Amino acid sequence: MFTLLNIAQPDTQQEAYRLLTAKKSNVILGGCAWLRLGSQTIHTGVDLSKLGLNFIKEYDTYFEIGAMTSLRDIETSVALNRWFSGILAKSVQSIIGVQFRNVATVGASVFARYGFSDFLTALLALDTEIELYQGGRLTLAAFVDMPRNKDLLVKVIIHKTSRTAAYLALRNSQSDFPVLTVAVSRLDGAWKIAVGARPTRAKLAAQAAVLLAGAGRDVPPDCLRQAAELAAEELPFGANMRASAAYRRLLCQTLVQRGLTEVTACR
Amino acid sequence: MQIELYINHQQVLLTVQPDDFLVDTLRKQGLFSVRRGCDTACCGLCTVWLDGRPTLACSTLSFRAQGRHITTIEGLRHEAEGFARFMAAEGADQCGYCSPGFILTVLAMKRELANPGEADIIHYLTGNLCRCTGYQGQLRAVKKYLGVAECNM
Amino acid sequence: MQYVGKAVAKTDAIAISTGKPVYTEDLAPADALVVKILRSPHAYARIKAIDLTKAYAVQGVECILTYKDVPQVRFTLAGQSYPEPSPYDRLILDQVVRYVGDEVAIVAAVDEKTATAALKKIKVKYEVLEPVLDFEQAIGHRSVVHPEDDLHCNFAIGMDKDRNICSTHRVEAGDVEQELKNCDIVIEETYYTQAQAHAMMETFRAFTYLDHTGRLVIVSSTQVPFHIRRHVARALELPASRVRVIKPRIGGGFGGKQTGAGEVFAGLVTLKTGRPALFIYSRTETFTCTTSRHAMRLKLRLGADKDGFIRALDIENLSDTGAYGEHASTTFMVCGDKTLPLYNKTRAVRYHGHAVYTNKMPAGALRGYGATQGTFALESAVNKLAARLNMDPAELRLKNLIREGETCLVYEGKTLGSSTLDRCIQKGKALIGWDEKYPRRVLADGKVRAIGMAVTMQGSGIAGIDTASIEIRLNDDGSYTLLTGSTDMGTGSDTVLAQIAAEVLATSLDNILVHAADTDVSPYDPGSYASSTAYVTGMATLQAAEELKQKIIDQGTKQLALTPGQLSFDGENLTALDGSKSMSLEKLAELMVLGAGKRQLTGFATYGSPISPPPFIAGFAEVEVDPGTGVIELLDYVAVVDCGTVLNANLARIQVEGGIAQGIGMAMYEDVRYDERGQMQTNTFMQYKIPCRKDVGKITVAFEASYEPTGPFGAKSVGEVVINTPPPAIAHAVYNAVGVTVTRLPITPEKVFMGMKR
Repeated sequence: MFTLLNIAQPDTQQEAYRLLTAKKSNVILGGCAWLRLGSQTIHTGVDLSKLGLNFIKEYDTYFEIGAMTSLRDIETSVALNRWFSGILAKSVQSIIGVQFRNVATVGASVFARYGFSDFLTALLALDTEIELYQGGRLTLAAFVDMPRNKDLLVKVIIHKTSRTAAYLALRNSQSDFPVLTVAVSRLDGAWKIAVGARPTRAKLAAQAAVLLAGAGRDVPPDCLRQAAELAAEELPFGANMRASAAYRRLLCQTLVQRGLTEVTACR
Repeated sequence: MQIELYINHQQVLLTVQPDDFLVDTLRKQGLFSVRRGCDTACCGLCTVWLDGRPTLACSTLSFRAQGRHITTIEGLRHEAEGFARFMAAEGADQCGYCSPGFILTVLAMKRELANPGEADIIHYLTGNLCRCTGYQGQLRAVKKYLGVAECNM
Repeated sequence: MQYVGKAVAKTDAIAISTGKPVYTEDLAPADALVVKILRSPHAYARIKAIDLTKAYAVQGVECILTYKDVPQVRFTLAGQSYPEPSPYDRLILDQVVRYVGDEVAIVAAVDEKTATAALKKIKVKYEVLEPVLDFEQAIGHRSVVHPEDDLHCNFAIGMDKDRNICSTHRVEAGDVEQELKNCDIVIEETYYTQAQAHAMMETFRAFTYLDHTGRLVIVSSTQVPFHIRRHVARALELPASRVRVIKPRIGGGFGGKQTGAGEVFAGLVTLKTGRPALFIYSRTETFTCTTSRHAMRLKLRLGADKDGFIRALDIENLSDTGAYGEHASTTFMVCGDKTLPLYNKTRAVRYHGHAVYTNKMPAGALRGYGATQGTFALESAVNKLAARLNMDPAELRLKNLIREGETCLVYEGKTLGSSTLDRCIQKGKALIGWDEKYPRRVLADGKVRAIGMAVTMQGSGIAGIDTASIEIRLNDDGSYTLLTGSTDMGTGSDTVLAQIAAEVLATSLDNILVHAADTDVSPYDPGSYASSTAYVTGMATLQAAEELKQKIIDQGTKQLALTPGQLSFDGENLTALDGSKSMSLEKLAELMVLGAGKRQLTGFATYGSPISPPPFIAGFAEVEVDPGTGVIELLDYVAVVDCGTVLNANLARIQVEGGIAQGIGMAMYEDVRYDERGQMQTNTFMQYKIPCRKDVGKITVAFEASYEPTGPFGAKSVGEVVINTPPPAIAHAVYNAVGVTVTRLPITPEKVFMGMKR
């Protein structure tokens, strides 16, 4: 059983960061869904409720999503899901249940970079940046590859590019963590292919994207297949209770090819 | 720490520890319908409304209820019994242990979704596990309660 | 009939659904000590030293107990009638720990946080031993799970504990080897069924206190109050009369609560401290430190002639009972008992093998109780035979199955009293659209839809052993109290018993109060398990009600000064046949408790059945398989049930739907798994996935009632048989879709997809 000794509810990001870094065992409190699982002693839990980070804001060229926004808000945001073929809603809607998604936060989902994260996979296939209090602004792709350190994720910024996108995931039970997640998108000739739950955190298949970029506007089906094969080849896969590495690799090929096909079919 | 909140429309002043979860705090207040089922935010037994939204009481630290409205089935007695009668008519209560959380989710859905079809209903209620009924009787009860036509597949 | 067969709502429905405080935890005294257990981190070890100094220093700790502080009498926690066929192989706390999670120390403190803090401060030194983790390697392993010499068996169950054999069993009729040689086709296959968790929504829990006479009172979420009383008395070295067990509403059981869990620990704390004690198993403890279904390996040979008559059946079983032998020999036996009789054109049958000890969580009773495992193997083999013969699997079954009035090799001349399984198959075929859909069709998007089937049988109660007693009292106001020791765990059995009594007594359902269960008050009942309540306790109810009705008529005759045979009783009024006199039941009841009557009327019956009549099910699955991923979508499941007379249309239907869903879980999702150190990995609902609402598809249930001459109003059981068909039927549908035979449950997308690649 975990122990939490103190709660702090800072009024500024600066104070939140100071509290977070004041002691090794201090943490930011996100949705707290899995807090109970641990057995650690937390000196101070930093609650961000007073920082006004629960928002989805739409601007001319981008969206901003605050760290304390719930996954349920992502799912039901009409504005957000007018864009990117609605993949953000699609990516979160299979996560356990409504009451869980009302609790789970964007900040925790993105910052923790969980391997099984559906949402991270979808974001990675878009033009996404994040803003860290200390680390500043950086692309999500760069952040995903960074080692863990203490910082405060303030918000997620998604650029309103006219990407068409597709999201696919495979689960054993429908309320389980995914066996594999795939998000693909296209902006003119530029492709992004993100594959998550490998079972490690989502990653972009860069070589496959390059191959597709060279194929021009109307990608021939053969090239889609090749790109899917390449994605399965270039990304590392592992095993966990849900599936073997070998199955994930084969599955990656199928799902990426389906995703690419779905996107090319979009007008 | 002290928090002031509204439980079923009653203003309450409570002393809680930083690591108290709402499920335990509410049970201590005699709200026995709120149940700890899994500790891992998976089963929906502990569902309560936090400002009207179905939320997991097992994953909500009690201090976060400060200034907010908590609704449990005890606060929706009349409406809950109204739906429970549809459950009983199907025999869909069975052991009953998951029912309060399930009913709260059904009543939240009724407020949130207009004219849900069968797929919408199943999707909205997925976070509530049940081991007894196989879900079919619950679905029949919900559909009859909401007046959803049988053919609405 | 007024009540029997009707879709009457459960009498407790509104209270339990709307969260009234009626379950164990809700009733616990606020000042109860909280009990927590320190558990072994090792699969197999001997405790060398335990240091409690720092733990005792934690403020609020009331009591810490280790193996040095507890009685040294071995016992079993299996909820079975005495003398139990399960070995007495447990101590409350032992110096040897036999699985990860086995109990090392008991801590009681003023609250949960204090108890948990104290647990962390107990220092234990272990001598770590090599565990037996693979049940196929258990026999003759160099580690012996039970080296102690005071282990006791009430029966010769074929134990050879030095070789890790918990029990041995063999049934044989005819010369199997010879008959297999005579067969045109022999199907030979090895099937593996996994351990399955009960995953009832209310975890195990009990609280204890001393009453005003110093007796130990146990309030427990249990299926077996009388067995718990006996176990606790033995383990704590008390006379059973010093123990009282009360069962409130139960949040699900599925056989899990047929095995004792926390009662002994809480009870010991109360005896040691004199204070009330509450023990609630966490979800993780429920997964890792109670029981699961026995995992089995079934080597099966099935021989048939070219016309499709099954002539020989041989099943060699190996069952994993884990660290303790609860239900080991009996689940093993049931596996054969419920498979060998199903097809009776056989000339020789054999069922044999062992249940073995391993260093894993003990197995125990779980809905289906071995029959589920056997059904998967047998029905998978029958489907394989149909494919080899190129014969319709439904036709193959209709040709071979045992029918009403027939016998089989293992029935010793007795005949089957009731069955409509043939009609169940025909109706199921129509409901699923068998003739149009069998075996498969490929959709435009490449996905494949296919159907599959399986049939099964179970029992109704334990023949010749378990008996139930019922008392029905006519109260002073003309209402009735029905006293039972059976345990409605959500099934609605209290309501069904009331329906039976109301039918006989021609009274309204709300005029019957059902009291269950309290060992101080209830007449003896073994509890609710083995599909016994509707059939065995139901029959006791019927007989008790009939006795009471006769007494009412006799006393009415006397009070109205009529000659015997001149009175009619319609449930409300006692009237002379000639209409000259009458008296209300209420008046009679009043007179019986006054000086005028001096005889409160009760009906009492004890009933045990010499046979265990099988209910039957024909199950049909329609799946859609995605050949690109192996994903199986279960579209439709049809179950047609012969449970004799349906006593309550709604409750029976829900039992079937729920059991099918649990069977779907076993077929496709659920799998108790351990790591290489023996640590259970599937210890939460995150890692152990029971089916959610989106997983079960559409379940269609229909009944083909038979009339069981030995059952109440012709009823048989329905509680367990319902779980058996999904694993083989879904496996069959998957085979029909993509040609992949899955012999090791569960049937996952990966197994299907990788099977297709081979």
